[in-house]
Amino acid sequence: MSAVVDSHGHGHEHHHDHHGGYSGIMRWITTTNHKDIGTLYLWFSFIMFLVGGAMAMVIRLELFSPGLQWVNPDFFNQMTTMHGLIMVFGAIMPAFVGFANWLIPMQIGAPDMAFARMNNWSFWILPFAASLLVISFFMPGGAPGVGWTMYAPLTVQMGIGMDFTIFAVHLLGMSSIMGSINIITTILNLRAPGMTLMRMPLFCWTWLITAYLLVAAMPVLAGAVTMTLTDRHFGTSFFNAAGGGDPVLYQHIFWFFGHPEVYIIALPAFGVISQVIPAFSRKPLFGYASMVYATSAIAILSFIVWAHHMYTVGMPVTGQLFFMYATTLIAVPTGVKVFNWVATMWKGALSFETPMLFAIGFLFLFTLGGFTGLVLSLAAVDIQLHDTYYVVAHFHYVMAIGAVFAGFAGIYFWLPKWTGRMYDEKLGKWHFWLSTIFINMTFFVQHFSGLAGMPRRVPDYPLMFETWNKISSIGAFGFGLSQFLFLYIVLKAIRSGEKAKDKQWEGADSLEWTHLPSPAPYHSFETQPVIK
Amino acid sequence: MLLRLSTVAVLMFGFGFAMVPFYDQICAALGVNSLVPIERAAAKNTQINRARTVSVEFDANSHDLPWRFRPLVRHLNVHPGELAVIEYEVVNARSHAVTGQAVPSYGPARAAEYFKKVECFCFEQQTLAGGEVRRMPVVFVVDPSLPKDIHTVTLSYTFFEVAGRGGRS
Repeated sequence: MSAVVDSHGHGHEHHHDHHGGYSGIMRWITTTNHKDIGTLYLWFSFIMFLVGGAMAMVIRLELFSPGLQWVNPDFFNQMTTMHGLIMVFGAIMPAFVGFANWLIPMQIGAPDMAFARMNNWSFWILPFAASLLVISFFMPGGAPGVGWTMYAPLTVQMGIGMDFTIFAVHLLGMSSIMGSINIITTILNLRAPGMTLMRMPLFCWTWLITAYLLVAAMPVLAGAVTMTLTDRHFGTSFFNAAGGGDPVLYQHIFWFFGHPEVYIIALPAFGVISQVIPAFSRKPLFGYASMVYATSAIAILSFIVWAHHMYTVGMPVTGQLFFMYATTLIAVPTGVKVFNWVATMWKGALSFETPMLFAIGFLFLFTLGGFTGLVLSLAAVDIQLHDTYYVVAHFHYVMAIGAVFAGFAGIYFWLPKWTGRMYDEKLGKWHFWLSTIFINMTFFVQHFSGLAGMPRRVPDYPLMFETWNKISSIGAFGFGLSQFLFLYIVLKAIRSGEKAKDKQWEGADSLEWTHLPSPAPYHSFETQPVIK
Repeated sequence: MLLRLSTVAVLMFGFGFAMVPFYDQICAALGVNSLVPIERAAAKNTQINRARTVSVEFDANSHDLPWRFRPLVRHLNVHPGELAVIEYEVVNARSHAVTGQAVPSYGPARAAEYFKKVECFCFEQQTLAGGEVRRMPVVFVVDPSLPKDIHTVTLSYTFFEVAGRGGRS
């Protein structure tokens, strides 16, 4: 099985590989290599994860006790807004694009991405977009405090920081669209002979579908923020009621993008989990074809459920019923996926290394977040829970735990392939248990404060919510600190980790494990392998 | 491939804007989201119910505004369905022009939807020159479908000064 075709890239020979014409920093700026760009994406997203995380710490610090202690309400609102924007667009999305860059060419037997120079471009737009977001804090009036959803009419009234955010969103959108075009073309045109679509690893499938979602949804967001921009400066009245516009229209356009966005974040995470669970169960993925169809079904349904985010805007009951039924329908393909993952583990020869622990943690906690999603999808219930901490708990279970745990699982899983070195298994397990305990401390109690009626995006709260908020804050600080352990583990692996085997995980069966050495050589599959 | 996918992206950007007229059409077709609900725009039954008498009381306040504002009659008995006219008087005590907006409220609150104002000074902003005295009419009909247990309706106006956007002069 572990046929090594390329003798390059064992240990230090890695550095003898051809890295293009430049060295040092210029190598990274000019690189068109999918592995370099994947690495850039991953480091960028980790830095953004820490920046967004620091903002979450400010939020939890202020909410540690009732009353206003540390920050004023304006700054608090800026923190919640920027935490959301940075985590969604700066941390989670680039992290999975990083995975895509690293893995898709290796998994389908392609030498590189289809448009290598555009690939370089789509990464290097990101630091500029992130800088625009951060610069907005130093503008008169500060960063926008409008919430990550950027609802009108507040956005029309904000200071100049809002314009910076709008342009940042434009840049982030362009970056994702270029990245997606690249991924679709790579998967459709550069597969190795014999690698039919239905033989691709599921990670490639979920990314193919995600990329289509991105191409369809991101431009709609760009349109929404462009309308906000022209309302602000060019005298249009898309959302300005005084000029005949309608703020609720913004919500419709935003969520038409916003709901597919949720799956843009979740589907690549599903892909990672679908690689990790079979590897540590030593069984092929159960129900591969049904996984593909379920993923497609989720993607298609995601475009017709957007208004379940806005049951309280005063839409007709018929509208509420339609969006409610469509939303609950999504539970079916998602249920198929969860069933298949569990069935993959059923009677498998399981072992519990760190990637598998994170994958099982994902499975358990993501499903929990899915259940609260089902509760919120019911229009009658949602009217009570709308904009409470119950919603905060729900989307952090699927995103902050779901997507992030899948990201950790993927990094521990592929780190040996990427760096040629193993991480410290014992510390990895510590990282898992600390993260799991603290993140549940943070978010589980928020279900209770939400059910009791604590509103989100408010820096102060009545005394009766104090205990829950104290527990939540302590959990958040713990989770935040645990991530420095993760950084240490990764750095330690890169510097002094044990040498990894070419096929580090005996159950892994995709091309990067079976056909390439560890670390993967700088240029792989220059001659495409033939898949029998 | 690059071209085709970019076209999709551009089309979807256009789709975002296409949602604007689309949304207006849907709202108009379904009658949602309009400030004057279609079926309630006019009193349904214009027949005067002489068997019933409703007492309407008038009240006037001004909020942080140096205007003397009062109804010329404090109280009126009307039959449901009957067109009634009363007048309010407002005096600007300041020496310069001031713009105000009157906001109506009703007691009991559920009487609001049965109280149809045909003409009212609260429909638009009022600008009074310094020291000006103005009499302003209110023409209204109490809808005959007013619940049986409501015998008295209070109509109360509060004048607010219009600040900002060309208001404070």
